[in-house]
Amino acid sequence: MNKSLIPHTKKEVLDIIRATINDKASIEIIGAGSKRGWGRPYQTSELLDLSKLSTVTLYEPQELVMTADAGTRMEDVRQILAENHQHLAFEPPDLSLLYGGSKNTGTLGGTVAANLSGPRRIQSGAARDYCLGFVAISGRGEEFKSGGRVVKNVTGFDLSKLLSGSFGTLAAMVSVTIKVLPSPEKTRTALVFGLDDKMGIQALSETLQGPFEVNAAAHLPAGIAKNSSIARINTQGQSVTAVRLQGPAISVEKRCQGVKALWQCYEGFEELHSHNSDGLWSEIRDIGSLLNNQSNQIWRISVPPSEGADLVAKIRSDIQCKTFFDWGGGLIWLATDGKLEGVGTIIRSALRLAGGHATLLRGSSELRLTSDVFQPQEPALYRLTKSVKDNFDPGRVLNPGRMYEGI
Amino acid sequence: MRMPTPDAKIISKRSIIVERLQQIVPRGAFGENVIIDSAGLSAYECDGLSAYRQLPLVVVLPETTEQVSKILKYCNETGVKVVARGAGTSLSGGALPLADAVMLGLGKFNQILNIDYANRAVVTQSGVTNLSISEAVSAADFYYAPDPSSQIVCSIGGNVAENSGGVHCLKYGLTTNNLLGLEIVLMNGDIIKLGGKHLDSEGYDLLGIMTGSEGLLGVITEVTLRILKKPETARAMLIGFDDAALAGDCVAAIIGSGIIPSGMEMMDKLAIKATEEFVHAGYPSNIETLLIVELDGPLDEVTDLIARVQNIVNGLGSGYIRVSESETEREKFWAGRKAAFPAIGRITPDYYCVDGTIPRARLPEVLMRISKMSQKYKLRVANVFHAGDGNLHPLIMYDANKLGELERAEEFGTEILILCVEVGGVLTGEHGVGVEKRDLMEKVFTEEDLKQQQRLKCAFDPNGLLNPGKVFPTLHRCAELGRVHIHHGQTPFPDIPRF
Repeated sequence: MNKSLIPHTKKEVLDIIRATINDKASIEIIGAGSKRGWGRPYQTSELLDLSKLSTVTLYEPQELVMTADAGTRMEDVRQILAENHQHLAFEPPDLSLLYGGSKNTGTLGGTVAANLSGPRRIQSGAARDYCLGFVAISGRGEEFKSGGRVVKNVTGFDLSKLLSGSFGTLAAMVSVTIKVLPSPEKTRTALVFGLDDKMGIQALSETLQGPFEVNAAAHLPAGIAKNSSIARINTQGQSVTAVRLQGPAISVEKRCQGVKALWQCYEGFEELHSHNSDGLWSEIRDIGSLLNNQSNQIWRISVPPSEGADLVAKIRSDIQCKTFFDWGGGLIWLATDGKLEGVGTIIRSALRLAGGHATLLRGSSELRLTSDVFQPQEPALYRLTKSVKDNFDPGRVLNPGRMYEGI
Repeated sequence: MRMPTPDAKIISKRSIIVERLQQIVPRGAFGENVIIDSAGLSAYECDGLSAYRQLPLVVVLPETTEQVSKILKYCNETGVKVVARGAGTSLSGGALPLADAVMLGLGKFNQILNIDYANRAVVTQSGVTNLSISEAVSAADFYYAPDPSSQIVCSIGGNVAENSGGVHCLKYGLTTNNLLGLEIVLMNGDIIKLGGKHLDSEGYDLLGIMTGSEGLLGVITEVTLRILKKPETARAMLIGFDDAALAGDCVAAIIGSGIIPSGMEMMDKLAIKATEEFVHAGYPSNIETLLIVELDGPLDEVTDLIARVQNIVNGLGSGYIRVSESETEREKFWAGRKAAFPAIGRITPDYYCVDGTIPRARLPEVLMRISKMSQKYKLRVANVFHAGDGNLHPLIMYDANKLGELERAEEFGTEILILCVEVGGVLTGEHGVGVEKRDLMEKVFTEEDLKQQQRLKCAFDPNGLLNPGKVFPTLHRCAELGRVHIHHGQTPFPDIPRF
């Protein structure tokens, strides 16, 4: 068990990291620790717990900007924003169910460090697109900042992008500035039932190519739809293909009519209104309940949307698995209880033609040690990745080996 | 502006370098691909920041990624600097040549490679112009959202290097938010593919870090972009105010009410007058400040939002609102704004375009202080802003033929930028640091901030050969930046308290 250190100030974070460098030791950085199962297993002598750095230091609703300490709870961020009818448009999921934690435990720093995003990714981007700036301590034991509090900013390299999705392997963020947006006024979801994967994704693709401003598009095969808590979804015994429309009421209604007309060729058009609609997309966003949360391996696969159905068919010919599609077919969630090893190899060899990448989001520590958790990199890209790490954390002090061996 | 001292040894080896480049990039169907004569070189002596000029050592125009790789590998091994150039429209001197550097032009990378509607993506070579991408997908009612003013000529690779914006980025984001993939070549010749038609990079977000890296990290040869369906309707509103502060309040109130217009521009009296005389866009002449607010989306949504904006405007007591009733009229509203820079060019021998960003709420205050500075420096200034995202473009008017006016204009610009930083903003919103703002970087960043950015450059270009002298005020060798200081055999941080 590593020793837990809980700083209350930026200065204390700096001191802890410098002391760790002095000791030639290493450190695991956590916010709430809700996603510790994501990544390769690695050993560190100490645990840097940032949960007490939890103050929202700036929130200006009219400027659409918030600055908060890295350990600020996402639940607090959401609540403060909701009071002003604002939200995080990248729709970060709550993955706690996946890792056996209690609900709503993630932090802002963890959300950025893992570059989370939800169904709205296809329209609005991921955490990386909303992180405007940060203050961090590098693995060299130096404080540095990048970016600022305004959206339009090309002053220097955009290190906010680099730290988004770096899983704490380059620097420990102590404070993050994010762009926030007005919450949508009205939500409606258009559904059709009974399409197979290929037809479902085809329907989503046609809709995304139309003028409907769809901001979420998912296809749930029958075996997944039955796990939904929404009655209209789980009682059909059929697959569900769904798109979400949001905006001013009058516009949402009109666009929903448009989707209905486009989907005339399919049977069983239905609409979900606000409450059920939000429920469905939360389930798709947080994934745990739809996958029934029993599987010992959960994979997240990002592909060109048009390749999604064929890729899954190919994988299915080798592995028994449950899958569903988000991002119009471009994001595949795959759960399997099958043989422990080799799943990653099968997925990744199928990806070679399609293009894209796969990440093992949940697996036993043994599996995460023997199978590549993150997509293996070509030699030139690995060299560059290693070189970036060398320049931020030469002594391998911060989360060493969490993403790739030696990084 | 001091550039690094040219390396005489490299300059003396020019003929050897030229010979090697000619081997890598042989003469093509349209003539020489290695330019050495001074007339040919002079076409490359500056970019959009024309106050700074320098003939490059030699210009090479490769036609394939493999040639780019060979050129960079050769230059890396022989210690020759390289400056990459797209269309040369940078307003900050990002593509300013160096006397001892090979200029690598990407003009021959001019093919759109693949249009993929099912995945809503376009794959293109990096020298293709921004506008031609939208034109290529226009028949299917798609477009590429970022629209910098130079979109007719600027290259998409340059857009990536500068993270270009445009009038519509308030709603649709900057280049970085519309980019899916890149093919880049590193100084050591490595060809690396980042991203693709899928979302999110695997591993570190090197796609994100390449965007806005101003040609310091790698050479971009291929770009994969997200394309969007054209909005069903777009309508623009002209809103006039007698008081700039009220216009600022209006911008804040629109955003505060939850509306994100697709564009929200502001012009001051001088800019309105100059453009009206130039293009006759129909702007009112008796107001202090003009807002152009564009709303797009489904017809009913646009109608609804226009009514809401009208309510806000009426509440603030504007005396002037006009809503475009046709596509022609909408284009006419924009024609004035788009011609604002050349319009100012007609009323002054020279002008200096400043680019800074501030928090929106500080707009009235910043405007007032710019007006005071104008009196202090005895130079006129016209203000054109991307008001929706707080991006200012004051145009300082001067006459380069009058002794000291250029210097005074630059000082004026610097004071505006320092003010931007002081109120919580930044030095550049979309034009880049380049050489123009290089020496102001210390106003925003600490020494350690800048060193950490330079360490990132070291990861990509350890010999510091790609576009040196840009962005960073002080050049450090990578060996020095990578060093961990240990004195007298002590630990790196000897005085750290135990936690």
